[in-house]
Amino acid sequence: MTIHRFAHADAASLQEVVAALDETCLPLGGGTDLVAMMKAGLMAPERLVNLKTLPDHHGVRPGDGGWRIGALMTLADLAADPAVAEAPALASLVEAVLDSASPQLRTMATLGGNLLQRPRCWYFRNPEVPCWRKGGRRCFAFRGENKYHTLLGGGPCYAPHPSDPAVALLALGAAVRLSGPAGDRTLALDDFYVTPTRDAQRADGYHPVTVLAPDEVLVEVLIPGSAANARSAYVKLMERGVWDFALVSVAVNLALSDAGQVAAARVALGGVAAVPWRATEAEEALLGGSLTPEAIDRAAEAVVAGTRPLEHNAYKVDQLKAALRQALRRWTAD
Amino acid sequence: MALNFRGPDAVPLTLQINGEAHQVLVEPRRTLLSVLREELGLTGTKRGCGQGQCGACTVILDGETAYACLTLAIECEGREIVTIEGIAQGDALHPVQAAFIQHDGYQCGFCTPGQVVSAVALLAHTPQPSEAEIRAGMAGNICRCGAYPAIIRSVRAAAETMAEQEG
Ligand SMILES: Cc1cc2nc3c(=O)[nH]c(=O)nc-3n(C[C@H](O)[C@H](O)[C@H](O)COP(=O)(O)OP(=O)(O)OC[C@H]3O[C@@H](n4cnc5c(N)ncnc54)[C@H](O)[C@@H]3O)c2cc1C
Ligand code: FES
Ligand code: FES
Repeated sequence: MTIHRFAHADAASLQEVVAALDETCLPLGGGTDLVAMMKAGLMAPERLVNLKTLPDHHGVRPGDGGWRIGALMTLADLAADPAVAEAPALASLVEAVLDSASPQLRTMATLGGNLLQRPRCWYFRNPEVPCWRKGGRRCFAFRGENKYHTLLGGGPCYAPHPSDPAVALLALGAAVRLSGPAGDRTLALDDFYVTPTRDAQRADGYHPVTVLAPDEVLVEVLIPGSAANARSAYVKLMERGVWDFALVSVAVNLALSDAGQVAAARVALGGVAAVPWRATEAEEALLGGSLTPEAIDRAAEAVVAGTRPLEHNAYKVDQLKAALRQALRRWTAD
Repeated sequence: MALNFRGPDAVPLTLQINGEAHQVLVEPRRTLLSVLREELGLTGTKRGCGQGQCGACTVILDGETAYACLTLAIECEGREIVTIEGIAQGDALHPVQAAFIQHDGYQCGFCTPGQVVSAVALLAHTPQPSEAEIRAGMAGNICRCGAYPAIIRSVRAAAETMAEQEG
């Protein structure tokens, strides 16, 4: 478990960081994923740039009626920030963050690093196994031990995306601001995450699931004002009670009219696809109706549309339905 | 201003540990855990998984608990590091340590330094925690022996002792 040798610098300005970044020089957030990957010999950058010493992007600011969240915020600071913790519309994000990892990991991990973490698949994390996702020939989970693997999106890789906050943010309609040598660009999370393909590959063999370029830094997460008028919930099902990755998770963001009609709906799923997944069929099933038991039944059927279980993970289909019902029932108690 | 890269050869670091400055000469790839244990002989902080999955290596950095196994030592310069060796006041045990002994808050004891460090940090933030707050605050420390009920009793007892000492 000795890490390979590398050089290290504390960043002082974003310009100097993006000028230095490339396939051999990586940004370091909290290190909770990157250091573990280096210990396993699965990543071996020659240089690391510590982003935590940058002066900006450590807090929450208002923006366009919504929120701008600095990507260098730790998960612990994010959940405790009054602007986030006291906003009913962001309940799902707070739940997702506090359901993530452990207290120690949340004081270390940054939001940006969380959105960019690599898969937790046991084949992928095993240095002895040359799986497709890290440049090998095939996905061993497809015909192997796939109890924790995906239901949606198909191959070539069946490892689910491990982030909880990403799922909540996708349902909130969030975007990310990326900073590179040529300037900034802002992308909706729907466009930031892409299923892994043969063509998109890093020099070390890794197939990414975001369009982030090697010389770009994720600097901010933008939550639109439209989310502010809605209500949100996050339901995560785990094997253990705490400190566990999602088997499945569901994030819901609903705008209800005064008459209780669903005026807008976004539903996102975790643990079931290589990327945080938009459940558009469930959104359509909810739209325009009220949250009657029948409507919830229809949404629960719709949320599993298109799922294709592997040999050992069909249980996740039932879990998805249950998690969506649980989320929607938060608003039908009265 | 260009980035100032240090390493990959060993670089001199000053680490503030348990109130004392320590000089070490280590490569940037070294974790705080390996520097504590192998350079400074502070072996109270345990290495369990080395992957952020067990909590045996818990230390306090600037008042917040962290896993030393995933923390680079080079990023700890200028930070206030507290390890299990810094919890007692000389020979006087911290109330959390005394409570773990009195309430059998362990079996084999391997996870105990991490548990004690987490409990000390928890009670510093939340002096009178509810049962739910104790469970949430201690959630990042696994006990393979399953001493959890006794660990929770110990933390609760320590909170009471500390409240009495305050009052
Ligand atoms: C035992 C365990 C349990 C966990 N459970 C959960 C869980 O339940 N839910 C969950 O969501 N997560 C979980 N995690 C994952 C954890 O939340 C992530 O490891 C963490 O959020 C990563 O953030 P970081 O800042 O430490 O990233 P780092 O490890 O520093 O970086 C991760 C990657 O992102 C890149 N990077 C980091 N920041 C930026 C940036 N701003 N711009 C561009 N690139 C960047 C790095 O180069 C690296 O490739 C768990 C982890 C462990 C070890
Ligand atoms: S040794 Fe650090 S968490 Fe297990
Ligand atoms: S007392 Fe043995 S691991 Fe906790």
